[in-house]
Amino acid sequence: MPLFLDDEQTMLRDTARDFIADTAPVAHLRGLRDADDPTGFSRDLWKQFAEMGFTGILIGEAQGGLGLGHVEAGIVLEEIGRNLTPSPFLSTSVAAVEALRGTAQAERWYPGILAGDTVAAVAIDETPKHRDRVALTAERAGNGFRLSGVKRFVAHGHVADVLIVAARTAGAPEDRDGVTLFAVPRDVPGLTTAPERLADSSLAATATFESAMLDADAVLGDVDGGRAVLDRLLRAGRTGVAAESLGVGAGAMAMTIGYLKDRKQFGVPIGSFQALQHRAAHLYAEMEVARAAVLKAQHLLDADMEAADMAVSVAKAMTAMATTLAVNEGVQMHGGIGMTDAYDIGFYMKRARVLAELWGDAGYHADRVAVAAGY
Amino acid sequence: MADQAAADFRQETRAWLEENCPAAMRRPIQSEKDVCWGGRRYVPACPEQKIWLDRMAERGWTVPDWPTEYGGGGLSPAETKILREEMKAIGARSPLNSFGISMLGPALLKYGSEAQKLEHLPRIARGEIRWCQGYSEPNAGSDLASLATWAEDAGDHYVVSGQKVWTSYADQADWIFCLVRTSKESKQGGISFLLFDMESEGVSTRPILLISGYSPFCETFFDQVRVPKANRVHDENKGWDVAKYLLGHEREMISGMGLGEGGRDTLVADALATIGRDPTGRLADPLLRADIARFQIRARAFAAMSERFLDELKTGRAHPAQPSMMKYYGTELNKDRHELHMAAGGSAALEWESEASRGGAPARAWLRTKANSIEGGTSEIQLNIIAKRILDLPGA
Repeated sequence: MPLFLDDEQTMLRDTARDFIADTAPVAHLRGLRDADDPTGFSRDLWKQFAEMGFTGILIGEAQGGLGLGHVEAGIVLEEIGRNLTPSPFLSTSVAAVEALRGTAQAERWYPGILAGDTVAAVAIDETPKHRDRVALTAERAGNGFRLSGVKRFVAHGHVADVLIVAARTAGAPEDRDGVTLFAVPRDVPGLTTAPERLADSSLAATATFESAMLDADAVLGDVDGGRAVLDRLLRAGRTGVAAESLGVGAGAMAMTIGYLKDRKQFGVPIGSFQALQHRAAHLYAEMEVARAAVLKAQHLLDADMEAADMAVSVAKAMTAMATTLAVNEGVQMHGGIGMTDAYDIGFYMKRARVLAELWGDAGYHADRVAVAAGY
Repeated sequence: MADQAAADFRQETRAWLEENCPAAMRRPIQSEKDVCWGGRRYVPACPEQKIWLDRMAERGWTVPDWPTEYGGGGLSPAETKILREEMKAIGARSPLNSFGISMLGPALLKYGSEAQKLEHLPRIARGEIRWCQGYSEPNAGSDLASLATWAEDAGDHYVVSGQKVWTSYADQADWIFCLVRTSKESKQGGISFLLFDMESEGVSTRPILLISGYSPFCETFFDQVRVPKANRVHDENKGWDVAKYLLGHEREMISGMGLGEGGRDTLVADALATIGRDPTGRLADPLLRADIARFQIRARAFAAMSERFLDELKTGRAHPAQPSMMKYYGTELNKDRHELHMAAGGSAALEWESEASRGGAPARAWLRTKANSIEGGTSEIQLNIIAKRILDLPGA
């Protein structure tokens, strides 16, 4: 399949671009931030996402979704990124939907996700840097499991109806095997979530499990064999982060190019200075290459999940590097106004930083590629 | 292309390649002499090289997407991509490298007369004529349009006098495509595009010794060379249009260097051989390992970019100035790659003549790459083009 959007994907992009720019531009984020909104996103907007069909974009048609792929999910995420739209779309409609796919739990959670009523969160990380280790324990107890431990950096965790949790059912924290994934309803006794405001105004929770009791049917996939589900979640999730990050970088770049054309110093637009032109052109090149890496990962993901693994890490690392450049150059080329809270470019810088860390930073993914390549 | 037709074509192509690509042509290229450039003076490096060239040319697959009447394979973009993928899958070498294929051919297809196409394209496709490019002059580098080689109108022909420089392989080429000045009234609007035989009276070349110790480039001198007007491509004083179009293709070709030797880069293997592994199996130099890993992220992303660019180009979706981005990124990446090769090799990579270093191959290749971001328009010129034509930034 050629590496560009086909006609239907282009139509979806145009629809998503207009819809998100109209309903949730950066001013929407600013409004939530200024109101110190405790939810962190607009539930009305989430309902509208459902009406557009976006919430079920990766859910099969037989189950009431659009039955589309990761290219299409990425199209929505890129627009979310471009507008810095606070939304549970990534955690719910991409990561959780992939984790739930093909399990009995899908029947329980998909209808609410489709309707825009249900929000899901992903609880994987336990340390400030993303790692493969899983230490939170799930011990067999009665007909189910008892979970004990702490998860961090759980976006939307404080309001989510369901948390997708990676737990250790056998072996040591660093082992690949012995991990089990659970779909944990938020009302389970022993689970508490404490939201923390992050630099980008988003809310991520620390989720504490104190002997939280779960039924056995909360298991996603096989007991001790959860790594397969986790890999699926992470491939989809990381590709989704890459797409959102691409949108953040593209938005920052567009704003910066616009400023170079408008802002005058020494009687001419500053964009006429070669020092700035070359930096802008270099940024363009990095963003183009990042876009190709994302599209390649999405195509491979839609064709064959496992073969996509390295392409996903390339896309995640490449977008982190390119978008970091975009936001840094963005603030620098804006000059003093780029440092002000009243101007939007700073929001892009903050969001880019969060996405760069989420589910493995550029160094983490470069290391993965190196290990896979045998060095 | 329908899925079934694509699958059929892939299967046929795979079977044909399996049958026809000699085993020796599936091994990675070791040195410049393994590259087939064709031409009147072509001496095959081995019999298989000639067999491979002839079989591919017979099928039109040296230029798979050119029309069949000009010696091409007449393949669609989708089919061409499949052929490329299948060749890559078995490590098949390119049967023929030539400036005729990568640069002149596309320009002739767009701007050439029917007679010019019929005369030159099939010979390019079969590797019979090797071409060189007469663009740069001592006083016309980045400011190429200031070129001064003069073509005097002499009725049915021109008389060309002047000097070109950085003419790649001019001493081995059979014909030259050349920018000349036919009017002094206008800078860009006084340039014409001529084709002529390097054996013409008045043509001489002198190789230039480079920092790599090799001489891939020449100075080329024209002293009253007679060139029939029938050999002018496109209108008189419209040569700049042809030149720009061709430069796009040259940049596309040079950008391919960013991909490394057909994706079979020995960087990691070389580094492991020199440095070894730590107890966890990782390359024992953690900082070099990190540098290589970050480089590989960019290299793989650029491979995806190359695929995307070709897909967009073949379907008319690519921005006309996008080759400048590809050239810029690909050549800078290739320089990075060879810096890492040198770091991976340590002092062994510094040997200049030894047998172990294959005559200083790593060091000479490293030095050669420094020209990548100069030839075909410097990186700075590409950034100017991106800024102006893609980002639409105002002129100074």
